[in-house]
Amino acid sequence: MSTPFYVSPQQAMADRAEYARKGIARGRSLVVLQYADGIVFVGENPSRALHKFSEIYDRIGFAAAGKYNEYENLRIGGVRYADLRGYTYDRDDVTARGLANVYAQTLGTIFSSAAEKPYEVELVVAEVGETPDGDQIYRLPHDGSIVDEHGSVAVGGNAEQISSYLDQRHQDGMSLAEALKLAVQSLSREPNGGEREIPAERLEVAILDRTRPQQRKFKRIVGRQLARLLEEGGASTATEAEDPEDDE
Amino acid sequence: MEANTRSTGRLPAAFLTPGSSSFMDFLSEHQPEMLPGRRQLPPVQGVIEAPHGTTIVAVTFPGGVVLAGDRRATMGNMIAQRDIEKVFPADEYSAVGIAGTAGLAVEMVKLFQLELEHFEKVEGATLSLEGKANRLSTMIRSNLGMAMQGLAVVPLFAGYDVDREKGRIFSYDVTGGRSEEHGYAATGSGSIFARGAMKKLYSSDLTEEQATTLVIQALYDAADDDSATGGPDVARRIYPIVTVITEEGFRRLTEEESAEIARAILERRLTQPDGPRAALL
Repeated sequence: MSTPFYVSPQQAMADRAEYARKGIARGRSLVVLQYADGIVFVGENPSRALHKFSEIYDRIGFAAAGKYNEYENLRIGGVRYADLRGYTYDRDDVTARGLANVYAQTLGTIFSSAAEKPYEVELVVAEVGETPDGDQIYRLPHDGSIVDEHGSVAVGGNAEQISSYLDQRHQDGMSLAEALKLAVQSLSREPNGGEREIPAERLEVAILDRTRPQQRKFKRIVGRQLARLLEEGGASTATEAEDPEDDE
Repeated sequence: MEANTRSTGRLPAAFLTPGSSSFMDFLSEHQPEMLPGRRQLPPVQGVIEAPHGTTIVAVTFPGGVVLAGDRRATMGNMIAQRDIEKVFPADEYSAVGIAGTAGLAVEMVKLFQLELEHFEKVEGATLSLEGKANRLSTMIRSNLGMAMQGLAVVPLFAGYDVDREKGRIFSYDVTGGRSEEHGYAATGSGSIFARGAMKKLYSSDLTEEQATTLVIQALYDAADDDSATGGPDVARRIYPIVTVITEEGFRRLTEEESAEIARAILERRLTQPDGPRAALL
């Protein structure tokens, strides 16, 4: 009879972490930035239908990098959590902090349970406040840890490089067009130091806009509005193919 | 096992299990006791006394639909509340007005709003207007047990159909029976009088302003003849709730807008108590 190999707990955890990180690194990175009127989510996504960003609740948005079926599962779990909580108590009792805690517990349990493979996902949960001071951004890596972020955050394969680029350039009170321009510039950076162009059609952009009159602050930015914002910010993306806008 | 997963703070298994996009389906799997229709009522002698909402009216016009309600809730022969709200947005392009047992109806609206929002968030697309109307039908049907004991909820559902590019109205009976109404509709105790008024005043080419005036005229006539329906309360500044749904989405008239129309109507009624007259032939 063969004896099972002994693997030290440290080694087992390191292996699992590496497995998850590799999975996440296969996808494109995405960034979440604060701007004057809210929070903007920007990522490269060739699909129009399979979103990386979505609405969880009134003021809460969700962004994810990694394996689609796994983060989609977590997203729907989050929508169910938020809707049930809002129905049981009140809409104001649904908070990003509560949601982030539940995600952290869920990811952490999965990560440390030997029976399950770790999730290859990295999440961002963001809530827009009445003022920029009230904005909350939480980053949730694959192992269930939770990081309270300010200003800007990047997740995904090339996150570290993008984060340091953003940290140097992000300022409080940027306009949406400025924040979008900065986000696109940061995403265009290659790991080897080069730069590439991201055409507007490949960008997925969504915002949590605190000035929106509706209770639900999440909004996708697509088509003409996106082209206009990119032009306004003077982003170096391939917008020259667009027909000239006549909205002046 | 189940209790164990909950105590870790991890999302319970039901939350991460693939399922339908319906919040009600999720609730009935996970916490069925929270669904209004699942409640068991003890046997009751006679009718349960609870505040009732009364008259809701709706009118379509080219480009949209208007849904409005009075502000009175009654309990027997008593006025339970003078400023109750009985017309609610269901989502961006639809609204629901409720007549019947106020407590249950408001709860039903809350669940209905959530059902539409939940579907939208999960699927990334909205239900068709027809789909929304059918969903409401199911909810009323699940309340049939309570309706038999006098706790009926009878809503009026109106919305802008984005596909057909027009306003549409759906009315319901206590069994969940649904029917589409053409032009105008009313529900609640004052609805017979409101319908009479609308029949005489309605035409298919109303403007939005005319439609909002029409619904307040109809509510005035309902209040005139039905003791359970409240008219515009000038002294307390309580005016009917009027909502308009068009291509632009849902909009509720401001207090001032609604007050202005109501006051203009009141002014005319001082000299002509029965309101505008239709030609005999």
